[in-house]
Amino acid sequence: MNSSGIHVSGSLRKRLAVTLIGGVTILTVLLFFVIRNYATQIAQQSQDSILRASVTSILDAATIRNGDVVLDIPYAAFSMLSTTTDDRIFYAIYQDDTVISGYENLDIPEASARAESRFRTITFMQVPVRQVTASRVLVGADLQTHVTATIAQTQDSLSGTLNRISRNAAIFGAGFFSLAVLLSAWVTSTTIGPLTRLADSVARRGPQDLSPVSKPVPSEMVPLVSSLNLLMARLDRSFKQSEDFIAEAAHRVRTPIATVRSHAEMTLQRVDKEENRQALRSMIRAIDETSRAAGQLLDHAMITFRANQLEFHDVDLVQIAQEIVLRLTPITEMKDVELRLDVDPSVKVSGDPILIQNVVRNLIDNALKYSPSESVIEIEVRGTPTPRLEVRDQGPGFLYDEIDTLTDRFTRGRNATGVIGSGLGLTIARDVAAAHGGKLTIGNNLAGGACVTFIF
Amino acid sequence: MKFLLIEDNKELANAITTRLLLDGHVVDHAMSKTDGLAFAETGEYDLILLDIMLPDGDGREFLGHHRAGHKDTPIIVLTARSQVSDRISVLDLGADDYVTKPFDHAELQARCRAVLRRRAGSSQNIIKLADVEFNPVAGHLSLGGSTIALRNRELRLLELLINSPGHIFSKQKLFDRLFSIDDDVSENAIEVYIGRLRKHLEHSRLTITTLRGLGYRLDEQ
Amino acid sequence: MRYFYILICCLWLSVTSAEEWEEQKLFKGSSATQTLRLLSSTDTSVFAPVIEKFLLENPTLNIHYFVTSSATVYQRFRTSPDQFDVVISSAMDLQLKLVNDGFANQVEDLLHPDWAQWRQSLFGFTLEPASIVVNKAAFATLPKPQSRQQMIEILRTNPADFQGKIGTYDVRQSGLGYLFATQDARASESYWRLMEIMGSLDTRLYCCSGDMIEDLASGSIIIAYNVLGSYAMARADLADKIEVLHPSEFPNTMMRTALIAQETRLPQQAELFLRYLTSSRWSEPGQTETPLPSLRTASENTRRSIISLEPGLMIFLDRLKRRLFIREWESAVIQ
Repeated sequence: MNSSGIHVSGSLRKRLAVTLIGGVTILTVLLFFVIRNYATQIAQQSQDSILRASVTSILDAATIRNGDVVLDIPYAAFSMLSTTTDDRIFYAIYQDDTVISGYENLDIPEASARAESRFRTITFMQVPVRQVTASRVLVGADLQTHVTATIAQTQDSLSGTLNRISRNAAIFGAGFFSLAVLLSAWVTSTTIGPLTRLADSVARRGPQDLSPVSKPVPSEMVPLVSSLNLLMARLDRSFKQSEDFIAEAAHRVRTPIATVRSHAEMTLQRVDKEENRQALRSMIRAIDETSRAAGQLLDHAMITFRANQLEFHDVDLVQIAQEIVLRLTPITEMKDVELRLDVDPSVKVSGDPILIQNVVRNLIDNALKYSPSESVIEIEVRGTPTPRLEVRDQGPGFLYDEIDTLTDRFTRGRNATGVIGSGLGLTIARDVAAAHGGKLTIGNNLAGGACVTFIF
Repeated sequence: MKFLLIEDNKELANAITTRLLLDGHVVDHAMSKTDGLAFAETGEYDLILLDIMLPDGDGREFLGHHRAGHKDTPIIVLTARSQVSDRISVLDLGADDYVTKPFDHAELQARCRAVLRRRAGSSQNIIKLADVEFNPVAGHLSLGGSTIALRNRELRLLELLINSPGHIFSKQKLFDRLFSIDDDVSENAIEVYIGRLRKHLEHSRLTITTLRGLGYRLDEQ
Repeated sequence: MRYFYILICCLWLSVTSAEEWEEQKLFKGSSATQTLRLLSSTDTSVFAPVIEKFLLENPTLNIHYFVTSSATVYQRFRTSPDQFDVVISSAMDLQLKLVNDGFANQVEDLLHPDWAQWRQSLFGFTLEPASIVVNKAAFATLPKPQSRQQMIEILRTNPADFQGKIGTYDVRQSGLGYLFATQDARASESYWRLMEIMGSLDTRLYCCSGDMIEDLASGSIIIAYNVLGSYAMARADLADKIEVLHPSEFPNTMMRTALIAQETRLPQQAELFLRYLTSSRWSEPGQTETPLPSLRTASENTRRSIISLEPGLMIFLDRLKRRLFIREWESAVIQ
């Protein structure tokens, strides 16, 4: 088992390489022996044919003179048997079954097959020799006799030739083998290549990119990829279903909450007793907190989902800021807070407009929440040096020792007591900034108040 | 002002209606898209509050039909959906603004005001009392030829008082109307705004009387 | 004729069994501990300088040098192959057969021209042409034959002068004579015409070169055919009496060959000696000189006349072939 908990059983690459190289090895050895065997046959054939010529020339010279077998062996009969390694020659001439010349202990094969020249490999004088035997019937005036000639030759030259051929075959085999091994390596890597590329492309995906694999794959990988796609589609569906479920749940929860809130608000109008009023206020705050938390949880889920499949468009930060300011104006007016925009003519960034809008809205919402009455929130949008949007308020600001942890999920500043919030706003902003390759800096103004900068 | 509220949740509709009535508005309530369309075609409304999720169809369809009929009644959508996913399409389909449930009534009012101001900007709702002309939509006060711009809370406070001259408003009531629940201020903050209004009305025939233990009252001299 | 053949065999047997040698000599090294036994067909007087030079280089060895005719060398070695360490003979065919039959050791890493070795076992180390040697005095008035054809004509035109005065090897006894005769016969038909004329003039037959040269010098014969010129040259004392002529049309050049006995007890020393022989160092000028011409004297011309070390040499050793040849030779020469 490896670190990620997957049972590993062998390696495709290894298996493929071993199979290929094993095959190549067997093929090489086979090739070697086939070549060698073939060469042996050829060499043996050439030796045999010379031996046959030699024995034929001897027999041709046999005659009967005055009732005796006369055999004037031609000089060439042995001369032609010269080899580079000076192979030894043994011979015998038989008249019927009696040796009349040559090596007496050089036997001949049975008479039954004597008519044809016959080849065999035997051991003579402790050395292996190739022997050829041929017979001829001589007919004289009153004599009919069989003359048999046999010649045996050692095979030094043959084995020399064979060794040379074997060596060449071995060199050829080695060359073939190494070439084939290289080829196998290449084949292995090209075969494994699509698999590795698929693995890479799946690994490079964000955790929630569940789109099907669309790149072309080899047909053998189609079952794997289609089941992968199926799995991802199922995941995607269940992911979307849970998101729809969240949205539906939010809707189902919010409507009754809105009812409760409206009633509570009205009740608040009607009661005069201070403690009842306090209780109602607390109730309404709790309701708000609940709904806000639900909303931001959904937003956070939505943004996490989107962050992994960002749709990049050209977005004008200035335009976004202006729209949001316009949208928030009723609220700011209600609270007697002024939103002051200070922007460059146009600041274009590449990003997901919905996410950016959400973040800017969250930042201004935050500022609004902590701004005292009749204060100013400054929103600055600049294109240089890098595109940035800064929101400065005149509220209490952040506590310095909390700045690093504020963007953690569900962390709220100690200053936030009495203000409704889920603690997710800055987390969302930070995540979106990161998804756009930017960052979120949090600090305080010199004159007091929080300063949050969204830098691309 | 006359509102058309299209909301299928009876409880919520009741609460909103009650609240609007309390503010002195007239409200017609429709429970479905079809009813809503019928109301909108026959009646004249200053503003429509539209729930986006209706039993017989999406509020967005209402928006489409309504705008296709060349009605330009401002519409504020009430939605329980996420800001992120729904906002764009709703505004694209011709809504003027939206509020997310649950909403602060003060916010709804503020948005209504903003929408009306954006749409009309007219003088139709000018309230005259004694020598003072008050335009709650534009948010200013005319007095002897000079115009005074009011801050929002001043404006709302004056609106309350001027609509019911001679009526005693408790401090609590005024506070509830001026501040939202999450405004972390004490009820005494009301005194500041009463003080400002008194200053604006210095040279008019309107005075704000403090009735100790009871509240405040606008009097005409 | 079969009887005759058996006779020859009996003669060989008698020679071998008699344990008699034409010559034998022990050459002593200055600090010798071992004795290398050489069986040779080369006269001691001719070969001694070669041995002595070797012993100077290798004083730890003695060399026991046995000399007999080339045919006897073959026979003796075949019957007792463990008695000798190195076998040297002028009969190339017999030597080749010894190697072919497995009586010789191979010397793997000895570099030697291919034409001068067989199976890395048999090494030629001299080049000695067959020559016509004449008595100078007798030929004062006669034309000297420069070829076999000329010799035939001279003999034919002057039969009286040559009657009984011609010498050649008895091929039945001399291994070298047989080699030369068979090679001659292979090369040209004129050999047989020459033999017939020589036979008609009562040619005298010799077993060995030495006797023939002595008789030439004394004038009892006036022309000798197929004699080893080197032997004649060796007799510096006879230089003014005899003259060596080389037939120009198809000279036969023999290589004296050496092999190491398969059963030698001193393989390293035997190899040392063989390397010495093949190195031709022995032919370098020194205090004592041998008349044996080394391989270094080989020119392109003589190369062509050298009898090849090849299996064909064994053909004439075939019993049937030999019988035929001897019969033909006898019918020509003895008549």
